[in-house]
Amino acid sequence: MRYSGLRVIAEGLTGQKSWARAWRDPAPKAQYDMIIIGGGGHGLATAYYLAKNHGITNIAVLEKGYLGGGNIGRNTTIVRANYLLEGNSQFYSHSLKLWEGLEQDLNYNVMHSQRGIINLFHSDGQRDAFARRGNAMINQGDDAILLERDELRRMIPYLDYDQTRFPIFGGLYHKRGGTARHDAVAWGYARAADQRGVDLIQNCEVTGIDIHQGRVTGVQTTRGAMTARKVGIVVAGRSSQVAAMAGLRLPIESHVLQAFVTEGLKPVIDHVITYGMGHFYISQSDKGGLVFGGDLDFYASYAARGNLPTAEHVVETGMTLMPMIGQAKMLRSWGGIMDMSSDGSPIIDKSPIEGLYLNCGWCYGGFKAVPGSGYAFAHLMATDRPHQSAERYRLDRFEKGRGLMDEEGRGSQHNLH
Amino acid sequence: MRIPCPICGERDSREFRPKGDITYADRPAAEAGNAAWHSYLHLRDNQPGEIVEIWRHAHGCGAWISVTRNTVSHAVLGAKLLRDRGQDHAG
Amino acid sequence: MRVEGKGRINRDKPLKFTFDGKTYQGFEGDTLASALLANDVALVGRSFKYHRPRGIVTAGSDDPNGLVELSRGPYGAAIPNTRATMQSLYEGLDAKSQNHLGPLGFDLLAVNDLAAPFLSAGFYYKTFMWPRRFWEAVYEPLIRRAAGLGRLSREMEAEPSEKAFAHCDLLVIGAGPAGLTAALVAAEAGADVILVDENTELGGRLWLEDVVIDDRPAQTWVTQIWAKLSAMPNVRIMPRCTVTGAYDGGTYGMIERVGIDHAPSDTIPRECFWRITARAAILATGAVERPIAFADNDRPAIMMAGAMRAYLDRHGVLPARKIALFVSTDQGHRDALALQAAGATIAAVIDPRSDATAFGDYPLYRSAEVVATRGRKRISGITIRDASGKTTDLDIGALGISGGWNPNIHLACHMGARAIWHAEKSCFLAPEGAVPALTYAGSAAGYFSTAECLTSGFAAAIKALSELGLTPPHTPCPIAPPSHERAKPHWVVSGKKRAWIDFANDVTTKDIRLAAQEGYQSVEHMKRYTTQGMAPDQGRSSNTTAIAVLADATGRGIAETGTTTYRPPFVPVSLGAIGAGAQGKGFAPERLTTSHAASVARGAPMVATGLWYRASYFPQNGETTWLQSCNREVGYVRNSVGVVDVSTLGKIAVSGPDAARFLDFVYSNIMSTLPEGRVRYGLMLREDGFVMDDGTCARIGSYDYVITTTTAAAAEVMAHLEFVAQVFCPNWKLSLTSTTEAWAQFAVAGPKAFDLVSGLTTGLLREDLPFMGWVARDVLGVPARIFRISFSGEEGYEIAVPVGYGASLYDALLTRAEAMGGGPYGVEALNVLRLEKGFITHAEINGRVTAGDLGMAGLLSKKKSDFIGRAGAAREGLLDPARPALIGLRPVDDRSKILAGGHLFEADAKPIRESSKGYVSSACFSPTLGHPIALGFFVEGRARHGDQVKMVDHLRGQETLCEICPPVFFDPDGGRMRD
Repeated sequence: MRYSGLRVIAEGLTGQKSWARAWRDPAPKAQYDMIIIGGGGHGLATAYYLAKNHGITNIAVLEKGYLGGGNIGRNTTIVRANYLLEGNSQFYSHSLKLWEGLEQDLNYNVMHSQRGIINLFHSDGQRDAFARRGNAMINQGDDAILLERDELRRMIPYLDYDQTRFPIFGGLYHKRGGTARHDAVAWGYARAADQRGVDLIQNCEVTGIDIHQGRVTGVQTTRGAMTARKVGIVVAGRSSQVAAMAGLRLPIESHVLQAFVTEGLKPVIDHVITYGMGHFYISQSDKGGLVFGGDLDFYASYAARGNLPTAEHVVETGMTLMPMIGQAKMLRSWGGIMDMSSDGSPIIDKSPIEGLYLNCGWCYGGFKAVPGSGYAFAHLMATDRPHQSAERYRLDRFEKGRGLMDEEGRGSQHNLH
Repeated sequence: MRIPCPICGERDSREFRPKGDITYADRPAAEAGNAAWHSYLHLRDNQPGEIVEIWRHAHGCGAWISVTRNTVSHAVLGAKLLRDRGQDHAG
Repeated sequence: MRVEGKGRINRDKPLKFTFDGKTYQGFEGDTLASALLANDVALVGRSFKYHRPRGIVTAGSDDPNGLVELSRGPYGAAIPNTRATMQSLYEGLDAKSQNHLGPLGFDLLAVNDLAAPFLSAGFYYKTFMWPRRFWEAVYEPLIRRAAGLGRLSREMEAEPSEKAFAHCDLLVIGAGPAGLTAALVAAEAGADVILVDENTELGGRLWLEDVVIDDRPAQTWVTQIWAKLSAMPNVRIMPRCTVTGAYDGGTYGMIERVGIDHAPSDTIPRECFWRITARAAILATGAVERPIAFADNDRPAIMMAGAMRAYLDRHGVLPARKIALFVSTDQGHRDALALQAAGATIAAVIDPRSDATAFGDYPLYRSAEVVATRGRKRISGITIRDASGKTTDLDIGALGISGGWNPNIHLACHMGARAIWHAEKSCFLAPEGAVPALTYAGSAAGYFSTAECLTSGFAAAIKALSELGLTPPHTPCPIAPPSHERAKPHWVVSGKKRAWIDFANDVTTKDIRLAAQEGYQSVEHMKRYTTQGMAPDQGRSSNTTAIAVLADATGRGIAETGTTTYRPPFVPVSLGAIGAGAQGKGFAPERLTTSHAASVARGAPMVATGLWYRASYFPQNGETTWLQSCNREVGYVRNSVGVVDVSTLGKIAVSGPDAARFLDFVYSNIMSTLPEGRVRYGLMLREDGFVMDDGTCARIGSYDYVITTTTAAAAEVMAHLEFVAQVFCPNWKLSLTSTTEAWAQFAVAGPKAFDLVSGLTTGLLREDLPFMGWVARDVLGVPARIFRISFSGEEGYEIAVPVGYGASLYDALLTRAEAMGGGPYGVEALNVLRLEKGFITHAEINGRVTAGDLGMAGLLSKKKSDFIGRAGAAREGLLDPARPALIGLRPVDDRSKILAGGHLFEADAKPIRESSKGYVSSACFSPTLGHPIALGFFVEGRARHGDQVKMVDHLRGQETLCEICPPVFFDPDGGRMRD
């Protein structure tokens, strides 16, 4: 069934009776060509691009809970391509290009909104660092504008420019950055993958990975065993847990990141704004809630919830940046489990086990990567060669110290990225 | 979260700063080789459940401590001074 | 309308207030909601999506409709989405309705309701995709304008709020029958008790019950227990407080409505956000009444039956003279009797239960349902259908609903526990032990009669006391006559028209069925697809009904369908309260040097450097730009003498017999060979082999060193050294002390620096203090340390005195420097001076560079068997000769700008990512050399000295042909600072 405005009107006139299921609920088969472990955004996108770009459709996506129930259902929805370092630059640039046109490709409105992202800076030194980043963005073919304080004040009058602890010097403006409706991204990929024949199997937890003579042969699940020649692990947050089933240790610690939303408000924040003297990012959803987040809680966690010290600190940061939000009320907070890698950048690579592929280490930047990650991972699984956009996301970079992508310059400690 | 500092007693976690897995305390010998250093710097078991993790009582006594904690329930099961491990790992 | 003789309002204290510009009168003790109802104002707002007229539904914090904008007078910014049901009335209160275009009564956006057939759940995912550019330009702005509820002013000033901590043995959440009993028992056992309640008074539903406790009317019992608790020193009673979240370690978040219930004032905060640490807690938060979904059940003056009762008993208000009730609970019948006794005409009690009996003299419609309602801006009539299908039309002024009770278990589920469906009680309950040391009591635990609430409150207290290790007191459990609360859930009345489940987000039964039809069958999918439960009430009144409808649509039971995740906060909390104190300068501490006041007095702009402030430059008459001042100050240092405060650099005293060994371990180069009286430059690596920081190390005595760090890395280095000391060297005899704030330290640099310094002390000869040496001397009679080090390339001394003498020493230094033709310089000049010399800062040490990148591979000692970072630095990627190396840059034409942040390319290359070979890390105009200079990194840069490369800064439109040169521009041999 194809979605369109006419269809919405026709169904409205006839009582919404003919809307079909967005995706089937198939029984698992015993044999697949490829199995994707993880029905989040990255896993669903991988399945979609395997089917679309490589014609591989005998695929199962195995999801422990419900589709899109992990970090894609629990984030601050920011989409951007504003990285500094080689490797990240080309990957996120490619991903953003896929975002542009994703609705038409999937026939699903994911509400990708290129409303612009502004990264604020608060010192001359930060201006230099942001200039280097902005120039890297333009070198890559993406967009960036360096705004000085007066221009910024005209664009965003409601920030506290002068009384705040760290006065605002300016901002790096990335016009093509923005937001998207996170759940819709998972559903759009799910529906499009399903339409191409992919089996999306929910409530199906993988309990073991079958390996015979150094090569993957299939998986054990709570809904039975399945064989497959190739298996991809795409379970960010729980990568170490699933990789351990194949005897692997990863350069990853799992941490909790909280995020917050206020009650609905009439339009007041028109961009995505990030603070430069601490972690804080905020935008306003189309429903009207102010969606914001900040730092990790910093301790390892699989609980998908955090604690007050971080929550308070995030709000305090918002209050010094834009005191007007003091009158808004926090409606809900939530926590996601983050794969914190040793250099803050992800891994899309073969594992040491033949036929077993890894897609992990997204830290807390995985949402915007969904199209690019699925695209590159599908390419890797289908061809056994890395896609050029992700050719630097190698697993061996840590041991060799070559090609590290430490955007923050914080070193190998996982929770500092 | 409340952390029982062995020196100061139980305090709110906001006084502390976590560093990461206890692996950081088990520094390999200088010549232990690439694999050992790679494991030390990067690789983590990172399984859900009980772990030992390094924290610092940064806004308190400054002690570096090992905290036994469950990463699923967040239950804090105990804390020890890392100093009390007693073994010198440096030359 | 107001009823004589009912309610606990103070009729001697009338209060004027305005709503949508019209003035009304209420009384002290009213809420805004009760006062509006007393004035027969039924329409208070418009719904989120369809802009349907809406009125007050409940009398508590779960109300989905009654959100208004509250003006705060002189404090400027109005507060959107204020709950009328929780807002105490005060003289002059000024509120406005929200979410309408045109007046509330004639909202132009009500046209949306006509388009409702096309606005079904998730319709927006299926359209608005063509043409592509229209999303940001057309569709999204339309959606954004239509969505949202209240309006946030963009005003800066916010009425102040506060934050606080509290600790107790037992936190009792809710002061109804269960909570009061629990608090009393625990308090009599000697526990430190905090008893909180969301309302302005304790007692909860007991004020609305015709029940006897311990042979007294319930209201008398409440008053007596309240008085008794108030008199106990170990009990803190906190009304107007809502516990918002349960967190780890017995921590609870709580919001207290302090000043918001009064006219704005500058003496009390608006709200206070509490962090309570409790050794044990009791959840006695009660239950909220469950609505029934039937056609057009969202009209103003359709309310919960219990809310009608609450407005009557608390405020003496009836919503209308002629009332019908649609209930499936015995409580609903008792409410009908109470309304009748207060003078209302009970037109009908409609009860779908076949065994329902009338409790008094009113028309009962048994086995019947309400199938239609009438009335646009308030309900005017209903249609009743009985089991035989016969329909009856009635004209009424208000309709009360009671479909059962949903226990308030949210806090118990904040740590991830899933609520469990209890079929017999027909409600979701929290599993035991979901939050450590939290016990449930009263109707929050599924006990709906007063008698059971009392006994469960008592039992909860006994359990908590045993966890606290306290002996239970001899207090007997209060007793109420047993009663059996009969209630049968009645979720939905079937029919073709829209029946609302989530009033706040305009979600109807049809939306939920459509979600199920389209495969969004997980309760989480349903919620996210329909937005049910995502409105300001977080679905408190609607979740269970929505789950029941979804369970029906999918053929699964309610138990299997389950709930979504409950997450904090339980009620919406102002960001101004959670973030109290952080506005403006309050966000972070301000660290001031001893020269701060003198610098400000000289007109120096102070610039934040980490938490410190440092003088940027010192303007003089006639100078119009910072660059003029900066160039002059550079001239002081190059030609006579300049003075700068360097106290912000980190200083750490390292002492003990193993101090030397320790420094060898934490620096990449060797410090143990440093003689007393000498200073050495040192590099510290992170364990992964990249450079962490640089600084100097001075040997004070055989066991004593003082090391310096950069301003930026001071705290990080201190924590790192403590880690190494405590974890890797626990048996070494060693102590580390941060002395950053103990010393004021000033650099005196320039050809006349020695003249200045020697004039401050007696008998100091140049040869006493060679380059990279230090001496202890009295400076102007104060014991001081004088280090001969230089960050400017000139002969330089850093004088450190105890911090109390800093201000006067700075004055003395400036006076003398000025007399010699020099003066103070700021961080702008400091930066130029260090760049002319190629000295690095954290612009270069950016966390991704190796010692080799910086040209300091020689500082990685080969003599030591181990040091921090040695193994990491030996990885092949860090030793790669093709890594970008530190270089100097100058424009080939000696004029064009080089900009920090620009990228470097071969002269003939296209400026794209694939050909970027380096970048500029720092740049300035060198007044000494008369042309721009810069530091940067370039692939294999050390082999490229003399080559021409291109600097491109796309952002600022600058392209400059540069020559790569050694990073030291001025006095490359260092003779000026050394000799």
